Amino acid sequence: MPPIRTYHDLTDADRSGLPDQIGAQRRRVAERLAGVRRVIAVMSGKGGVGKSYVTAHLARALARAGRAIAVLDADLNGPTIPRLLEVPHSPRTTHADGIEPATGADGVKCISMAMLLEDGAPLAFKGPAAESFVWRGAMEASALRELLGDVVWGALDTLLLDLPPGMQRYVELCDILGAPPAVLTVTIPTPESRDAVRRAMRAAAERGSQLLGIIENMTGQGFEGSAADDLAREFTVPVLARIPWHPTRDIWERVAAAL
Amino acid sequence: MKFLCVDCDKQMAFEERQLPGDGTLAATFKCPKCGRVVAMLTNPMETQLVSSLGVEIGGRTVPTQPLEMVRKMVATGREDAFEETGGRVDGPAGGLAWSREANERLSRVPGFVRGMVKKIYADYAKERGIAQITPAVMDAARVELGLEGM
Repeated sequence: MPPIRTYHDLTDADRSGLPDQIGAQRRRVAERLAGVRRVIAVMSGKGGVGKSYVTAHLARALARAGRAIAVLDADLNGPTIPRLLEVPHSPRTTHADGIEPATGADGVKCISMAMLLEDGAPLAFKGPAAESFVWRGAMEASALRELLGDVVWGALDTLLLDLPPGMQRYVELCDILGAPPAVLTVTIPTPESRDAVRRAMRAAAERGSQLLGIIENMTGQGFEGSAADDLAREFTVPVLARIPWHPTRDIWERVAAAL
Repeated sequence: MKFLCVDCDKQMAFEERQLPGDGTLAATFKCPKCGRVVAMLTNPMETQLVSSLGVEIGGRTVPTQPLEMVRKMVATGREDAFEETGGRVDGPAGGLAWSREANERLSRVPGFVRGMVKKIYADYAKERGIAQITPAVMDAARVELGLEGM
């Protein structure tokens, strides 16, 4: 048998054009967000600290201040933003250019997997059940990319992204955006939360994200600790707010003003 | 990935792609010199990994649709998640009609993805000057555009 030519010897055009397809996906996101002044990821690294609650109320306060605001619910497996923004279900209007976001309380635009899934159903993908851990992460990253690039956001002052616990979605976001987003961190006062949030903030800082500040949630309710102050000192960032169980509107408006 | 006909020392050309529906993908390649045809059969995991990237092996035959990967791959999507409007070519104004049989067939497509599939068929017909979409037109589009999975 004669020597077999290598892949590089075959000079025909790459019919699949996978690099071009990936490049087109990235351009679509960049073009869609061209009218967005800033993207802020609301994250924690710790579950149960109230990221979604803070995101929704901050978005509403920013909108009341006259800014064009949208929220992308990046917690694909536990989406709660539509309920927090009081968005009733209605079909998302779709046209050739993209999907229209919903509009919630105080005029905040939003998109969430909760709007697309059957009531109460988990996010499940078609595909082989065995070894699904191999591909599920890539599916979720693609879903995040589509929510960023296919929703008709229009001109926005701020797009807030409500991230789930952990760092995976933040890393995906950095890759999709091509640059690290600014980060707003939420914690509760406890040392356990501080330790988890510290890891997230360190990862974000190492990626190059601007750390906008810390919001301490659920203060004054028996949670012992000084997480916000400790992290603020360590990362040289401000504590933007301490949110009690029943915050008044002016608290959110002070946070909005600080951003 | 390329296929080389060793006897002819020619790169085999892509011929056809099929998605049998069991999570696998079949693609046939033909030697332009001797005509030999081989089939590449993927395992479900490989096919799934490609799908998860939102890319089309063999190249794109139709423009990217909004939330395409989500609508094609999410198994728990609600029937009324989307409402297709704008830029449509169906209906009297667009001069495109759907036969009763074509509409029946379309109604069997899950609601989560139906609007996207309908638009692809409508665009296919419009580009070819087809006035009425029938099951035969849908079959032709499925083969030509590689829509076996839709």
